[in-house]
Amino acid sequence: MIEASGLVKRFGDLVAVDGIDVSVQRGEAFGFLGPNGAGKSSTMRMVGAVSPPSAGVLRLFGMDPATHGPQIRARMGVVPQRDTLDEELTVSENIRIYGRYFGLSRAETRRRATELLQFAQLTERADAKVEPLSGGMKRRLTIARSLVNDPELLLLDEPTTGLDPQARHVLWDRLFRLKRRGVTLVLTTHYMDEAEQLCDRLVVMDGGRIVAEGSPRSLIECYSTREVLELRFAEEDLTGHARAVEGIGERTEVLPDRLLVYVADGDAASSEVHRRGVQPLSSLVRRSTLEDVFLHLTGRTLVD
Amino acid sequence: MSTATDPAVAAREPARALPPRQRWRPAFEFWWVQYLRTWKGSVISRFLMPVMFLVSMGLVLGDLVDERAGGVEGLPYLQYVVPGILAAQAMWVAMGESTYSVYGAIRWNRQYHAMLAAPLTVRDVLLGHLAYVALSVTFGTVVFVGVGALFGSWSSPLVLLAVPFVVLTGMAFSVPCFAFAAQVKDNTDQGFALLFRFVMTPLFLFSGTFFPVSQLPGPLQAVAYATPLWHGVDASRMLATGRPDWAGLGLHGLYLLVVLTLALWWAWRAFHRRLVV
Repeated sequence: MIEASGLVKRFGDLVAVDGIDVSVQRGEAFGFLGPNGAGKSSTMRMVGAVSPPSAGVLRLFGMDPATHGPQIRARMGVVPQRDTLDEELTVSENIRIYGRYFGLSRAETRRRATELLQFAQLTERADAKVEPLSGGMKRRLTIARSLVNDPELLLLDEPTTGLDPQARHVLWDRLFRLKRRGVTLVLTTHYMDEAEQLCDRLVVMDGGRIVAEGSPRSLIECYSTREVLELRFAEEDLTGHARAVEGIGERTEVLPDRLLVYVADGDAASSEVHRRGVQPLSSLVRRSTLEDVFLHLTGRTLVD
Repeated sequence: MSTATDPAVAAREPARALPPRQRWRPAFEFWWVQYLRTWKGSVISRFLMPVMFLVSMGLVLGDLVDERAGGVEGLPYLQYVVPGILAAQAMWVAMGESTYSVYGAIRWNRQYHAMLAAPLTVRDVLLGHLAYVALSVTFGTVVFVGVGALFGSWSSPLVLLAVPFVVLTGMAFSVPCFAFAAQVKDNTDQGFALLFRFVMTPLFLFSGTFFPVSQLPGPLQAVAYATPLWHGVDASRMLATGRPDWAGLGLHGLYLLVVLTLALWWAWRAFHRRLVV
């Protein structure tokens, strides 16, 4: 579906995407994980056939976006980072007019709008204007609208950023259903839980480059330990404590507010910390996440 | 591949990219649907303002002018001034439709971006929106011709031929505004206030709408002749008063077409720069 090699995007002197290779197969759920400014959105806009690459080769459905943009876009759905809904039109009109961009007849766009509003749980709002809808509803409408052409490939740029936890779960549920129907999903996120929930395979981006690639599980296995011991202290400077727990885990990360000790067995490590006379305010054992992978790869946390 | 398991889906009308020649149509349709939703808010500025000028200038001031000066260029002032207002209202409507809505479609509601994520191209987005503006200007012009007739403003049925000239005049203002709106860089829309204050209003007053351009001091005359509005006013007046100079009309038409063509090139470039990044 997507074949990219040596893909570069420059804006003047700024290199937003610095030579990435990506290949996405039909039916996959693929994620770009990375902090703000990592180049995820620029990549998505190139893959969406709206932004021409500065260098590299990009093929979408085997076609070149430079020459077959409309044909490519006819087969994909796009959920942009910022909603592009028309707030003066009704919920249903937003979908119907969008369907017209794909050459659908008016009768067909009406049929699909009904169907999609049901899917997005917005049927009751069909004739309401968009403007007063909640953020979660607008996001669901954007997703519903992006499906009006039965896309084979759905691109989602930070689909749940800014939504409350409940709205996020509703959205994830809808995306799972699409995935089950065989729609290829490509999404960007800076939420580790989102990537772990939705993606079969993902790449971690930082500074316009891909720094790691694999399934969430394999990335965690490869770049982290099974468990993590989190220690919080009253003091501001944690370097002394870091020295005291050295050697307990494979690695220790010093964050501004806590120490992370990477270990196979968190409870055993916790006992060892106490045996050494270190007294944290609190200690917590949890499983490794993609956040830990990112921290290990870049030395920074994803969301700050 | 179908995205649903339902066998009925096989018979479903497929989505596709329209042929290049038809792709502007759904963009046009979008603006039309949006107009149907929001027309109430624009009635006063679109229709009532020109009619108010017609009444105040054509009828009330006209009485005074006719009484004191015996009309202008051998015509009752009403029949002199209203053809000018006909052309000016086209500029007015066209500029009103081509500034904030273009800027908003790029920055606020971002409708252009929605279209470009679908199988439309920059050209389709631009042409579809312009087609809507042209329709809107035509509509306003036709309504104004009807209202003018009620007041006896036209001395010749040739005024109907003025409609295409007047619409062309409106578009000669609309397209540069599209380009300007796409180029506005900062996040303020002050540029439009300046445009209305320092371009539209002076043109409205000094392009022969209310009095012959020959009354202006020499350098200002040259400016008036260079702007599209005077050409529209003159063409409209020739036809509405039943005194067409066909060669002159041809030149006016040609001039307006040249302005339109150059402006289209400018707008096309400005749209590409702003939307394809």
